Amino acid sequence: MLRRILLASIGLLALGVMIVSCFQKNGTLKTSTDLEEVSYNFHIRPILSDKCFACHGPDAQKREAGLRLDVAEGAYSKLKDGNGFAIVPGSPEQSEVFKRITSLDPEYQMPTPGSHLGLLNEDEIALMREWIEKGAKYENHWAFTAPKQGKLPEVSDTDWPKNEIDYFVLAKMEEQGFAPSATAQKAYLLKRLSFDLNGLPPSLALQQQFEKDDSGSAYEKIVDALISKAAFGEKMSVRWLDIARYADSYGYQDDEIRTQWPWRDWVIKAFNENMPYDKFVTWQLAGDMLPNANKEQVLATAFLRNHKYTEEGGVIPEEYRIEYNLDKTKTYSSGLLGLTVECAQCHDHKYDPISQEDYYRMFAFFNNSKEKGFEGDVSQSVPAKTPILTITKAEIEDKLRFINHADTSRLLVSVMGENETLRPTHILDRGVYDAPGKVVTAKALKAVMKFDTTRYAQNRLGLAQWTVSKENPLTARVFVNQIWQEFFGKGIVKSTGDFGMQGDLPSHPALLDWLAVDFMNHGWDMKRLVKQIVMSATYRQSAVADPKKTEKDPDNIYLSRGSRVRLPAEFIRDAVLASSGLLNQKIGGFSVKPYQPKGLWESATSGRGVLATYIQDKGDQLYRRGMYTFIKLTVPPPTMIIFDGSNRDQCEVQRTNTNTPLQALVMLNDPTVLEASRVMAEHMMLKNSKVEEKIRESFQRIVCRQPTEKEMTLLLTYYKEEASYFAKNKKGAEQVLAVGEYPHQAKVKQEETAAMMRVINMLYNMEETITKS
Amino acid sequence: MEKQIFDFGMNTNRRHFLSKLSMGLGSAALGSMLIPDIFKGGEADPSEIIAGLPHFAPKAKRIIYLFQNGAPSQLDLFDYKPMLNKMHGEDLPESIRGGQRLTGMTANQAKFPLAGSMFNFKQYGKSGAWISELLPYTAGIADDLCFIKSMHTEAINHDPALTFFQTGAQVGNRPSMGAWLSYGLGSENKNLPGFCVLLSRGKGNGQGVYSKLWTNGFLDSVHQGVQFSSGENPVLYLGDPEGMDRQQRRKMLDKLAELNQGTLDEFGDPEIATKIQQYEMAYRMQTAVPEITDMSKEPESIVKLYGPECLVPGTYAANCLLARKLSEQGVRFIQLYHQGWDSHGGLPNEIRGQCMDADQASAALVTDLKQRGLLDETLVIWGGEFGRTNYCQGTLTKDNYGRDHHPRAFTVWMAGGGIKPGIVYGETDDFGYNIVKDPVHVHDFHATIMNQMGLDHEKLVFKHQGRRYRLTDVAGKIVKDIIA
Repeated sequence: MLRRILLASIGLLALGVMIVSCFQKNGTLKTSTDLEEVSYNFHIRPILSDKCFACHGPDAQKREAGLRLDVAEGAYSKLKDGNGFAIVPGSPEQSEVFKRITSLDPEYQMPTPGSHLGLLNEDEIALMREWIEKGAKYENHWAFTAPKQGKLPEVSDTDWPKNEIDYFVLAKMEEQGFAPSATAQKAYLLKRLSFDLNGLPPSLALQQQFEKDDSGSAYEKIVDALISKAAFGEKMSVRWLDIARYADSYGYQDDEIRTQWPWRDWVIKAFNENMPYDKFVTWQLAGDMLPNANKEQVLATAFLRNHKYTEEGGVIPEEYRIEYNLDKTKTYSSGLLGLTVECAQCHDHKYDPISQEDYYRMFAFFNNSKEKGFEGDVSQSVPAKTPILTITKAEIEDKLRFINHADTSRLLVSVMGENETLRPTHILDRGVYDAPGKVVTAKALKAVMKFDTTRYAQNRLGLAQWTVSKENPLTARVFVNQIWQEFFGKGIVKSTGDFGMQGDLPSHPALLDWLAVDFMNHGWDMKRLVKQIVMSATYRQSAVADPKKTEKDPDNIYLSRGSRVRLPAEFIRDAVLASSGLLNQKIGGFSVKPYQPKGLWESATSGRGVLATYIQDKGDQLYRRGMYTFIKLTVPPPTMIIFDGSNRDQCEVQRTNTNTPLQALVMLNDPTVLEASRVMAEHMMLKNSKVEEKIRESFQRIVCRQPTEKEMTLLLTYYKEEASYFAKNKKGAEQVLAVGEYPHQAKVKQEETAAMMRVINMLYNMEETITKS
Repeated sequence: MEKQIFDFGMNTNRRHFLSKLSMGLGSAALGSMLIPDIFKGGEADPSEIIAGLPHFAPKAKRIIYLFQNGAPSQLDLFDYKPMLNKMHGEDLPESIRGGQRLTGMTANQAKFPLAGSMFNFKQYGKSGAWISELLPYTAGIADDLCFIKSMHTEAINHDPALTFFQTGAQVGNRPSMGAWLSYGLGSENKNLPGFCVLLSRGKGNGQGVYSKLWTNGFLDSVHQGVQFSSGENPVLYLGDPEGMDRQQRRKMLDKLAELNQGTLDEFGDPEIATKIQQYEMAYRMQTAVPEITDMSKEPESIVKLYGPECLVPGTYAANCLLARKLSEQGVRFIQLYHQGWDSHGGLPNEIRGQCMDADQASAALVTDLKQRGLLDETLVIWGGEFGRTNYCQGTLTKDNYGRDHHPRAFTVWMAGGGIKPGIVYGETDDFGYNIVKDPVHVHDFHATIMNQMGLDHEKLVFKHQGRRYRLTDVAGKIVKDIIA
């Protein structure tokens, strides 16, 4: 009896610790009630996957002692050396696995010291014991089982939820003993919403309108207005461009210019038209194969052709053709299925049930394209590679009006197009192009969902249909999770690109499933999903941290407060341009070259090609949104990279979010920020208003709220000090204002304007300015 | 037990640590965080060091990698093969080529005429290393160098080969060597980045460099190589604008810190505290970096040692001198790239120019480190991304030839950092085509370098999107024979 109580309490303690350690390293959170039963998926598989599967998992080539622990049959069957069983359900003491993970003998223990995987800790051992005692039940991987829409959980505080999301979030909070935070103050909420939906700060007029509107529908009105703006499509596209590794050059050494931007314009249009996600995906994977495909549908397939393309003389074309298809396979699998499958290029996957054969079957879908590995070196470069879609001015004026093309030249875009006779796909030994093995036919990953050849053709169109089938367990979950990440700074599954066994477990599994099913049941409606998220009480919470909560849940896994997240690189630029009034709101078109430090392209170039020299744009092209900045792959735009923008080299589903001194230097010294400060200062000085008012308005435009008394005092003092400094140093004022190509206002007094510019530049440097709070 | 490093945990811990560090300091204390003698005060930031690292006592603390971008011809510099002169113009025997794949540039050549080097070789130092007349200064320090004549790689084209050498994988987006070291060992100086990149270009055929070569990959972007340029700003956006003097900048930063402190008080978000500190580090960099890049105070003896070009910013010589200065201040990894070694044609002429750029300054760097007592703890590496063929690309004439890419065998040298001085390791056949003794793969090279830095290449892992990554992928053997 005593032993049982002891064991049970160890088990419970262990469960509590485990769950926490799944999601975070600090804090002492209570166990979630629905997980008090030891679960294979949530507790045991993470341990086995991390510590055992590398040698006793799905990879048949590397399987030690013929033992596999990723499937029940393997674990329960007699060991090959005849000495008992790896796992004896019900009896840890008789299970070889348990004996070895608890052994102190380096010759006998698992994982072996040579594996560098580290031994299991006490909590992990306690979980293993309990799991084996209770019968060592295996389950299918959670993400490979179709999501089901469960009932809304019971909550005690029934006043708080505004929609279904909140029931799931609140139920978890209540288990932890947390209460939700209050709704954020209007100004913070509006700024959050405006950046999340448009990637832009709220205008002064919008700030005033929202502040004054006391009606119950005030918030929803703003949401609807922002979702219907064209800037919504731009905002949503940036994430998609990362996934699609969109860029304006070919990458590789000479890195010549290419024209994929008409596809980028199409993506913006698709988001603005609220194209259903299933259709959005189908067109991009196989628009060219739809019956009577039109040019728009073919253009969408440029998604698969944004990969780098070599123009290095002397390459072996087949090596690169294979490389491009590996890239497509990666983009498809991590961007759409949320799986990391590259391991299976060379060998069976070590953690997920994906064999090398499965990998090349998936690869085969992309292998029948007409493209070539090499079409000549940089001296023969054209802006697109076979197969090429040609778009004429007449077509743009007719059906393709979303393409923003100023002149009359034809546009060439790299797209997809199938060979008439099927190119055979081989399994490539160790993933090497010149080591072809067995021929395989195209089939999607069976571990995810059966690819029924009576339902799906064995080509890209079949793959697209399989992908957006409502039975596919991954597609909707992965997309919903990516969108969630946009709004909360991290996904419900933190490893956005890995829903496999080594990925993170969902913090709110029932919510993820509910949202995924709801999304599919409502026609894969992207705008609806976005609205659902921002209308939730969860989203609207204040980001002010309660020290007690921060201590228990520093990473805000339980969402008991609003997220505070720095803006993505592109929107920092947009914030600066929009608040100063410089922003050119034109949508789409050729990518542009704003101010950039001298010599960056020149010092890294081979000297060949039109991108050897950076030729900065002029006039209003200097003030386009960040997403239109020209991306030369070998030298990506520096401010974007400094603020963690994607280098677009490969599919990227998750950016890092760092805080570095180089970022401080950009905000202090980048001519873009200085010019915006100068232009805004001149604008303010032209106004017939008091200095206080000028400062107050600048603050509202930049920080997007009213300054506090304390802030006003500080800013006003700073202004006065700087004004008296410049009064004695007129030359200095002139120097300070001489920044940027935007025309100057002749009528303003330079000393005062320079002082105001200093104040404004400081406002741009406030941490809060580039943060959603 | 091995210290496991998880991406998320690491960042979290660091953030929490920083928050603790800075939460206790009010804005008034910020001024006192400025250390007047920035270099003497510039110790390692404890928040950037991972517990349990290094894995064992390091031999080297810092690396300067003199990358000769484009692939210098080992056959004209180090790997002396009289057989090639004897058989000059004759076809490369098929038995030697052994089905080695060729680049598209020479695959269609009807013949592969062997090209003996037109440069004279002599033996130098106690190892009797063969060095060509093109490298008189290098020859002069032969006793400090360890020549590895048996390097080999997997890639046959520049982009993938460079990427492989720098990141351990031919595909892009993996962290580069410097990023791994910055991640594993942190910075020794908190006013300078831990990983700096310096570019220069010779007159020979250039191949470009790419920022993915110094990328942080999936590691935190503080580990990204910071490119120093010879332009108006040695580090991007470093210089204050016209009309902003140091006192005014200080004043603005103090006011800014006060504003940010207000936000911190309101929200309690530790990122705000970090932001305040990063502005202070930026301010310190603004002083530290120009001081270190200023060559005007260098004594005559140094200018003489590196050659007069070291006073011309952006040259290879200037970068070598700058590398020494950065290294002396504790920068963990300094990566130079010197372009122009890709001599497919007109090799004799091109390589003369390249050696004029690179010989004296490379040797000067080693000598300079030695005279400062720093060579023992600094590992200097010299070499390209692959070698060049023993047969001629294009037309072979009496005094002109070109060489194509050759991944199967090439030479690099190392100095200092606990590597045996004055030895030659590895050997190629009489044709300089295949390795016949002690091959060193790129993964082995990485494993050895990490070992010298006190890191076990199998243990410095980073888990990203479900997979553990290391610089050496799943391979790499330490080359024990070259370790002192």
